[in-house]
Amino acid sequence: MRAVLRDALPFAVLAAAPVAATLAGADWLVPVFTRMAVFALAAMALDFILGVGGMVSLGHAAFFALGGYVVGIGSHHAYDGSPTPFFGLPGWNDLLISLPLAFVVGAVIALPFGWVSLRTRGAYFIMITLALAQMVYYGLVGLTSYGGDDGISMWWGHNTLAGFETADRIVLHFLCLALLVVAFVVLKRLRAAPFGRVLDGARQNEARMRALGYRPLAYQVGAFAVSGGIVAVAGALMANVDEFVSPGMGHWTISGELLVIVILGGIGSLSGAVWGAVVLLGLEEGLREITEHWPIILGPLLVVIVLFARGGIAGLVARLGKGGGRAGSP
Amino acid sequence: MLLFLEQLLNGVQLSVTLLLMASGLTLVFGIMNLLNLAHGSLFMAGAYVAAWTTGVTGSWLLGLVAGAGAAFVTGVAIELVVMRRLYTRDHLDQVLATFGLILFFNELVRLIWGIRPMRLDVPEALNGFVEIVPGAPYPVYRLAVIAAGALVMLGLAWLVQGTRVGMRIRAGSVDREMIGALGVDIGRLYTLVFALGALLAGLAGVLAGPFLAIQSGMGEPILILAFVVVVIGGIGSLKGAVAGSLLVGITDTLGRVYLPKVSDAGTALSSMLIFLVMAVVLALFPTGLYGRKP
Amino acid sequence: MLKHSVVAAAAAAVLAAAAGSALAADPVKIGMVTTLSTGAGYLGDHVRKGFELALEQGGVADRVQLLVEDDGLEPANATQLTERMVERDGVKIMTGSIFSNVAMATIPKLVRNYDILYVSPNAGPAPLAGKGCHPRYFNTAYQNDNFAEVMGDYANKQGYKRVYLMAPNYQAGKDSVGGFKRMFKGEVAGEVYTKLGQTDYAAEIAELRDANPDAVYFFYPGGMGINFMKQFAQAGLADKVVALGPAFSFDDTLLDAVGDAALGFYNGSQWSPDLDNAANKTFVEGYKAKYNEYPTLYAAQGYDTANAIVAALKQTDWSTDDLDKLAAAMKKADFQAVRGDFKFGNNNHPIQDVYVRQVVKDDSGNITNRVSTKGFEDHVDAYAAECDMK
Repeated sequence: MRAVLRDALPFAVLAAAPVAATLAGADWLVPVFTRMAVFALAAMALDFILGVGGMVSLGHAAFFALGGYVVGIGSHHAYDGSPTPFFGLPGWNDLLISLPLAFVVGAVIALPFGWVSLRTRGAYFIMITLALAQMVYYGLVGLTSYGGDDGISMWWGHNTLAGFETADRIVLHFLCLALLVVAFVVLKRLRAAPFGRVLDGARQNEARMRALGYRPLAYQVGAFAVSGGIVAVAGALMANVDEFVSPGMGHWTISGELLVIVILGGIGSLSGAVWGAVVLLGLEEGLREITEHWPIILGPLLVVIVLFARGGIAGLVARLGKGGGRAGSP
Repeated sequence: MLLFLEQLLNGVQLSVTLLLMASGLTLVFGIMNLLNLAHGSLFMAGAYVAAWTTGVTGSWLLGLVAGAGAAFVTGVAIELVVMRRLYTRDHLDQVLATFGLILFFNELVRLIWGIRPMRLDVPEALNGFVEIVPGAPYPVYRLAVIAAGALVMLGLAWLVQGTRVGMRIRAGSVDREMIGALGVDIGRLYTLVFALGALLAGLAGVLAGPFLAIQSGMGEPILILAFVVVVIGGIGSLKGAVAGSLLVGITDTLGRVYLPKVSDAGTALSSMLIFLVMAVVLALFPTGLYGRKP
Repeated sequence: MLKHSVVAAAAAAVLAAAAGSALAADPVKIGMVTTLSTGAGYLGDHVRKGFELALEQGGVADRVQLLVEDDGLEPANATQLTERMVERDGVKIMTGSIFSNVAMATIPKLVRNYDILYVSPNAGPAPLAGKGCHPRYFNTAYQNDNFAEVMGDYANKQGYKRVYLMAPNYQAGKDSVGGFKRMFKGEVAGEVYTKLGQTDYAAEIAELRDANPDAVYFFYPGGMGINFMKQFAQAGLADKVVALGPAFSFDDTLLDAVGDAALGFYNGSQWSPDLDNAANKTFVEGYKAKYNEYPTLYAAQGYDTANAIVAALKQTDWSTDDLDKLAAAMKKADFQAVRGDFKFGNNNHPIQDVYVRQVVKDDSGNITNRVSTKGFEDHVDAYAAECDMK
C-alpha cells in the first residue's frame, strides 16, 4: 500500500499543481508543468532500458526529435494542403494519428539504432548512441524543405484531438499526464513480466542468460525499440506544447538532460523519473528567476547530487518511508 | 591535384588538434577508466586564458604558456575536488558529474570574460604563408601547428614508453592494485595523468585559438569529435588515437569539400560522415581499431 | 535585469486583478524578450542599451517600464516568456527579436493570439514582410535581404565579373545569397554552403582561391564571421579578392575580435557611426559616454525602435487601450531616426537608404566602419508587393 502511495505521489503533484495555478489566475504557469510531464515520459522510457536493461543511451534525444518532426511535418502539410513526400499521402493534424505514428517511427528507427549500438558495451555503447544521435541531428538539419536548422513553426496551432481543438492549456496538460500514467503502468508490467526478467538477468550476467537458452540481444533490441517509441511520443507531445519543432530537440544536451532526470529520480524506479523531471525543470525555472547565470549553480549542484545522493529522489523517498534508517544505500 | 594535396594538408592539421584532445582523453579513459565530458572545458580554458594573456601582455608566447598552464592547474583542481571521487563509480555517474562541470565552466567564462567572443591572433612571427609548391600558398601558422602537434605527440610517446613515470602509467592501466601494492602512490600518479591530459587539451585550445571564435561552449563540438576519435581508435590506445584522428580529420575535411559537389544533399551528408564512419568501425570492431578485447 | 519569483508573480497577478484597472500615471509597460546569452548575446544586449539610452535622452525613462528577458536563442523559450509578459504583466507592446528563426517561431503566433503590438528591432524575415505581413507587426530595422541586395548592386557598379558566394547552410544564409543574386548580373564563380557553426574554413578558402574570382560575397554572422575573415586574411587573399558582406559580420564588436584582418572589407548597412545627421551625433556621443564603448548597428536599431514607439505613444497620450490607434500612430514614424530618412512601407517595414560601408581604422586606432557610398535611395524591400496591406 505504501509503495503504491509512493508511486502515486509525483503524479498527484503534476495533477494538482497546474489546477492550483489556474485557480490562482496564473494560467501561464501551466506549460511549465506540462513540460515536466513530457520530460518525465521521455526519461521514464530511458530509465526502462537503463535501470532494467543496463543500457546507458546518450542518444535518446534523437527519438525525441523524430517524434517532434512527425507532428511538425504532418501539421505543415495539413495546414498548406500539400501532399507529403510519403506516397503522396495528405498531411495529418490529429493526435489520434500523430501520437501512434510517432511511436511507430521512433520504434522502427530505434531497432537498427539499438542493434548497431548493442554490438558494443560500456563506454563504447554510450559513445555510439551519441554518434548515431548526432547523425539524426545533422539529418534533420539537412531537411531544408522543413526549415533545416530553423525547424518548423506551427503558428497555425497544435494538433486537434479526435477532431476537437484543444486550445485550453489544461486539457493538453492532462492529456500528457494521462499518457505518462499509461506509460508507467505498461512499463511497470513489462518489467515484472518474463520480458523484463530476461532483460534484468542480461544486465547482471549476460553469459548466464545465454546459457539458460535465451537470446538476450533480441530482448535488449526490443526494449530499446519500445523505449525509442515512447520517447518519440514524448517528442510529439512536446511539439504540441511548444507549437514548434527544430533539430535542437535532438541536440546531445537533451540526451544529457534526460540522463540527469533519470539519475536524479533514482535509476530503475520508473516513477522516480517523474520526480527527476519535476525537480530538474523546477530548479531550472527557479534558478532562472534568481539569476541569468543559473547554470553556475545548477552545474555544481549536479556534481554534488552524483557524489553524495545515490539512489536519487526515489531512494530518498523510500528511506523516508521506512523511517529514514538506512541512509546511503540505494 | 595540387588542390587535393592542400586539402589533405588541411585535414592533417585538423587531425593534429583532435589528436592533442584525444590523447589526453584516451589516457584518462584507459588508465583511470574515467569518461570525462568536461575535457572540452579544459580546451576552452586554454584558449580563453591565452587570448586574455596575449591581449594584456602583447606576447603570444606568454599566452601559450599561460593558456596551457591554466588548463593544467584547472585539471589538477578538478581532479582533486571531483574526479578522484568518480574513479570507482560507473560511467553513468561520470557522465552526469562531468556534464555538471560543463554547465559550470561555460557559465564561469561568461561571468569572467563576458559574452563577447575573444580574439587570439596568429603570432606575428608566423603570420604569412609559404609556397611549398609554387602556386599554392599555405599559411605558415598552420604548418607550425602541424609541426608542434607532431613534436608534442612524439614527446608524449617517449614519456609513456621510455620513462619511469610512463612505465608506472602503463602498469597502472593494466593492474592498479598491483602497482599500488608495489609502493607507487597511485593517487598522485592519477592526478599527474589527469593534469597531463588537461595540459594537452589546453595546448590544443591555444594552438587552435586563431582558427576559432573563443566563446563559451566552444569546447563541446571539438569534444564530441575527440570522443569519436578515441572510440574509433580504441579506448586507452595512443596508437589508436593517432589512427583515429587522422581518419576523422581527413574524412571530415575531404567530405566537406567534395560531397557538396556531388549532390545537393552533400552538405548535410558531410556533417554526418564521420559519425557514419564511427558506426561502421564499431559495428566491425566493437572495441575500436586498437582497443583491448574484452 | 528585472526578475520576479514565480510565486511572488502569481500572487501579484491575483492582487492586480483585485485592484482593478491601473492608475493613469502608471508607466507604459514594454516587453523585451531578446537574445542576451549564447555567443550572440551581445546583439540583444546592444539593442537593450540603445533602447534605454533613447528613453533617457528623450526624458521619458519614467513613463516607460521596460521588462527584459533572455530568450537564449531558443524559439520555444521566447514564446513562453512573451506569453508570460502578456498574460502575467499585461504588456501590450513587445519588442526584442534578434534572430529570424526565433522571430518566425514567435511573432506570427503572438500577433494572432494576443492583443499586442510587436516591433522587431532586428530580425526581418521575408515571410513577415510579404504574405505574412500584419497590421500589428512593425519592423524598425530592415528586411533581411536589404544588405545583400545593396552589395549585389555594388558589385555590378564596380564591374566585378565573377563573384564567389559563401554562407552557412541554413535559411538566413540562403536568403542572403539569394538577395545578392537578385541584384548581381555577373557570373557566380561558386556557391558554397558550410555547416552552421563551423569554425575552420581552411578547406573552403582553398577552393575559393582556386576559383580565382574578382570578389567574394559571404554571409557569416557572429563567431563564424570572425573566423572566416581572419582565415581569409591569413591565406593571403585579402589583397587578391575583394571581400563583400552584409553588416552582420562587421559590427564593432566583431571587428574588435577580427582585428586588422578586416580592414578594407566592404559591407552593406542602413546605418553607420559616421552618418552626418544631428540625431546620429547625439546618439553616438551619448552612447560612448554612457556605456564607454562604440555603438553597433544593433544599438542604433534599439535606439530607433524606442524612439519610434515613444513617438507613437505621445500621439495616443501614453495610452495602449486602442491598439489600432497606436498602430496608426506608429505608422506615421514621426521621429528622427539616427539613420536619416525613415518611413514605413505598406508592409510596416522601413523604406530607407542603404549604404556601402568600408572597414577602416579611425584616428584613435579603433577599427570601425565609414560610409563608402550610398547604394540605394529610399529602398523598398522585395516582398512589399506580396503584402496585402495598404
